[in-house]
Amino acid sequence: MARTLSPSRITTETIHYDANRIRRDMAVRKIGKIGLLLNPIFTYFFLWAPILLLVIFSFNDSRSVSTWRGFTLRWYNNIFNDIVGTEARFSTGLMLNALGNSLFVGIIATIIATIIGTAVALSLARGNYPGKRFVDSLLYLPVVIPEITQGVSLLIFFNVLFDFMSTVTGQRAQFGFGTIIIAHVAFNISYVAIVVRARLADMNPRLEEAARDLGANEWQTFWRITFPLILPGVISGALLAFTLSLDDFVITFFTSGVGTTTLPVFVYGLLKLSVTPEINAISTLILVVSTVLIGISMLIQGRNATRL
Amino acid sequence: MRKAWFVLLLCLLAVMPALAQDTTETPLDVSDADLEPWTCPEGFEGQTLSVFNWSTYVAEDTISNFEELCGVTVIYDVYESNEAMLARLRQGNPGYDILVPTDYVVEIMIQEELIQPIDLSKIPNFRHVAENLIDTPYDPGNQYSVPYQWGTLGIGYNQTVVGYELKSWKDLFEYEGPVAWLEDPRAMIDIGLMMLGEQPPATDPEMVFAARDALLENGGNVVAIAQDDGQALLERGDVHATIEYSGDIFQIMDSCECDDFVYVIPEEGANLWTDNLVIASGAPNPELAHVFIDYILDPRVSADIANYTAYGSPNQTAIDLGYIDEELLNNPAIYPSEEISERLYFSAILPPEVDQAYADAWDEVKILLRR
Amino acid sequence: MAFNRSFGTAAYTIRQKKSGGLLALPAVLWLVLFFLLPLAIVFFVSFMSRGPRGTIVFPLTLEHYNRIFDIFFPVIVDSVRIALVTTVICLLVGYPLAFFISTRKSRRAQQIALFLVILPFWTNFLVRTYAWRVLLGGDGPVNNLLLSLGLIETPLTLLNTEFAVLVGLVYGFLPFMVLPIYASIERFDFRLVEAAYDLGANDWHAFWRVVFPLTLPGVVAGCILVLIPSIGAFVTPDLLGGTEGLMIGNLIQTQFRGTGNWPLGSALSVVMMAMVSLGLIVYMRFGGQN
Repeated sequence: MARTLSPSRITTETIHYDANRIRRDMAVRKIGKIGLLLNPIFTYFFLWAPILLLVIFSFNDSRSVSTWRGFTLRWYNNIFNDIVGTEARFSTGLMLNALGNSLFVGIIATIIATIIGTAVALSLARGNYPGKRFVDSLLYLPVVIPEITQGVSLLIFFNVLFDFMSTVTGQRAQFGFGTIIIAHVAFNISYVAIVVRARLADMNPRLEEAARDLGANEWQTFWRITFPLILPGVISGALLAFTLSLDDFVITFFTSGVGTTTLPVFVYGLLKLSVTPEINAISTLILVVSTVLIGISMLIQGRNATRL
Repeated sequence: MRKAWFVLLLCLLAVMPALAQDTTETPLDVSDADLEPWTCPEGFEGQTLSVFNWSTYVAEDTISNFEELCGVTVIYDVYESNEAMLARLRQGNPGYDILVPTDYVVEIMIQEELIQPIDLSKIPNFRHVAENLIDTPYDPGNQYSVPYQWGTLGIGYNQTVVGYELKSWKDLFEYEGPVAWLEDPRAMIDIGLMMLGEQPPATDPEMVFAARDALLENGGNVVAIAQDDGQALLERGDVHATIEYSGDIFQIMDSCECDDFVYVIPEEGANLWTDNLVIASGAPNPELAHVFIDYILDPRVSADIANYTAYGSPNQTAIDLGYIDEELLNNPAIYPSEEISERLYFSAILPPEVDQAYADAWDEVKILLRR
Repeated sequence: MAFNRSFGTAAYTIRQKKSGGLLALPAVLWLVLFFLLPLAIVFFVSFMSRGPRGTIVFPLTLEHYNRIFDIFFPVIVDSVRIALVTTVICLLVGYPLAFFISTRKSRRAQQIALFLVILPFWTNFLVRTYAWRVLLGGDGPVNNLLLSLGLIETPLTLLNTEFAVLVGLVYGFLPFMVLPIYASIERFDFRLVEAAYDLGANDWHAFWRVVFPLTLPGVVAGCILVLIPSIGAFVTPDLLGGTEGLMIGNLIQTQFRGTGNWPLGSALSVVMMAMVSLGLIVYMRFGGQN
């Protein structure tokens, strides 16, 4: 602005200076452009290299996961046979059982955490009550406490609780799906709440006011206005929770009981022997299924976006 | 009482070859023809048995056959260390019937009343168990346990890379290339003791700390302390030698189809371990648990498991009748000669202060080994 | 009309006041009962004595804290250092990537670029970490590539080193850096950059004086999300670190197995939490002001 206001101040000297500067700026820009191009290439490769490796070795005609011995569909066949029920292999059966446990825990924990997490996000964004700051900082607890501390503290807590319960009632409760799900919900509430809250913050509160002005009651306002608008946030929160739950090893490791071996805990047990090709195969299948699901959801979203 | 019954059985077994000599040419206790396929007693249909075992420790069809023969459902969970299993059980039995603890852990579990006595009269197949593995120091008279499999903790190495024979713990420690140790306080401190010329286990904390120092002095070539997966490091060449359980090394010998890998029982001595079938206290279905133990001790079933896992089978009948693969049977690293056998020792239970010293000393070894 | 609206809003807020607290109740109960209370118990147990075979007994003692400062402290310091380095690398790699993703022209391209970051994380963490074990191995693809390119003569020792732990941690936590930064760059109004250009700034200045400060909340969130789990990591150093890469998480975990020492494990957890909180307080005091 200063330049346009006082053109008389441009002298030959400053033009000379500017030329140098422009040269330098162009160099900076070039470096920046190259960096911005190279970084994604390398980073994406970095992110996908291990995945590539396990996909390749899921077709390896050997139990080894380090030397290539030719192409086979054997491992997929094993999994397939086990699902269909012919020639069930014991180890594959255990793995699928663990996968089933993981999905079960993931789904239940996600549903509970999504409901509770969305509720608390709403209360923080729209409510005004004493102790709101406490609730706010409580929510960040699972984010700032390392997983291993969470796992260890729940292990001790449930032990103390069960000891106490058995002296009172004579019956001892057990580690199992209950304890795992409680633990998963405990860390998932926060993640759901944070994601939903971000969505609520972006939302125009006047839309809700408008609905109320038009005579909608609180319930109607929520279901007709607020909920549809925050739904994408709720869905991403739930997806995040589900992913975290499915992938969690540390906390599950400390809180599991009989017959509740989840896939990560199962895999950890397998490391004793080295990862089997079936694990690679099932990982590849999970990857393909999730890619397809995400693809479909993107297509649907895209269509909705154009319609709106 | 039980012991008397037992002696009687042994006498019978001793006499039997003489009786059978006419009909069979090999000096067998039981002939193949005598051995009926295992059948399940009546009345268990629809029941459930919960088994908590090490991962990859049964043949592919061991469990499903049992389910079929008895018409029962088996819930099968796996663990990766005695410690993990113990930790779970100490919280109160979460509902398991069968567990498979290692020898000294059996002793701990007896003391802590985590397991219940076994009625050997309900396990006719107990007669097949090898003599040197019954009436052990950790469970005299087999009141609580029967052996499942056994093996040794020794050195696995790649002879092509190392270039010479590693015969002893000393050789391992003096080797210049990268080696892996095992994440197991008991086993490692005991190896330190053997380096000092002591007979494991330590009897007081002083001995433990001396063993710790011996390990630290010799730890210059250690690159990893493996969670029982040293064989994987060895197979991929990340270490040239590792302290590992025999069966783990045999598994990579098998899968690599090469002559690179060798398992050796070190000269100074080595831990002979057994994993044992036991019935948990508060087991929901102890009757079926007895049936399951009897099933596992059936020579054919036992042999299937031993052939699959490449660990030593405690089932003498299975060995005598040739159910075990010849190749495994002739391997001195699995079924060692008598001379080697004398250098093997069982782990024994430790007094609490020594036990704690083992754990503390091992923490310190790991911390001080970092460079 | 104006009266009507303000009246409506007031009534709305009043009614919200009642239900607002109730909506928070389940979350508060759950987190207090299954998060705060267990942490309090850990704190208490860290002052208890160790009984035979991993039991917890009275009397209260400072023994475990003494032992930690005598013997365990270097490992704690190293764990914090490794976590800090991980965070810096994640930031250096993650910021440009987030910038790249959020500056894709079409919404669709942005989504795809983002999913390419997240998708690998749908494969089990342990399986991915195990894959790195193979990749970094003496006979692994990385060494083979370097050998065939003639860059090295003999295979490098990559596995069982601190380097391997760093690779594993950066790999594991990079998305936690990329996502919050992406979110803040995506919200960033690029007309501000135009304005900076008009005022004579070059790319460098525009970035440092305008873009970076305004996306700082995302950077801070990302750093916290990477730093904290890195300090407590135990699977990654366990699988990749060998003796060299031992971290505090490994030592905590072993205290809860078998003959382990629960009070000592609890005390280690408390010290670790203290380090984390200290970091957060320092950040709020100094970083938070800006």
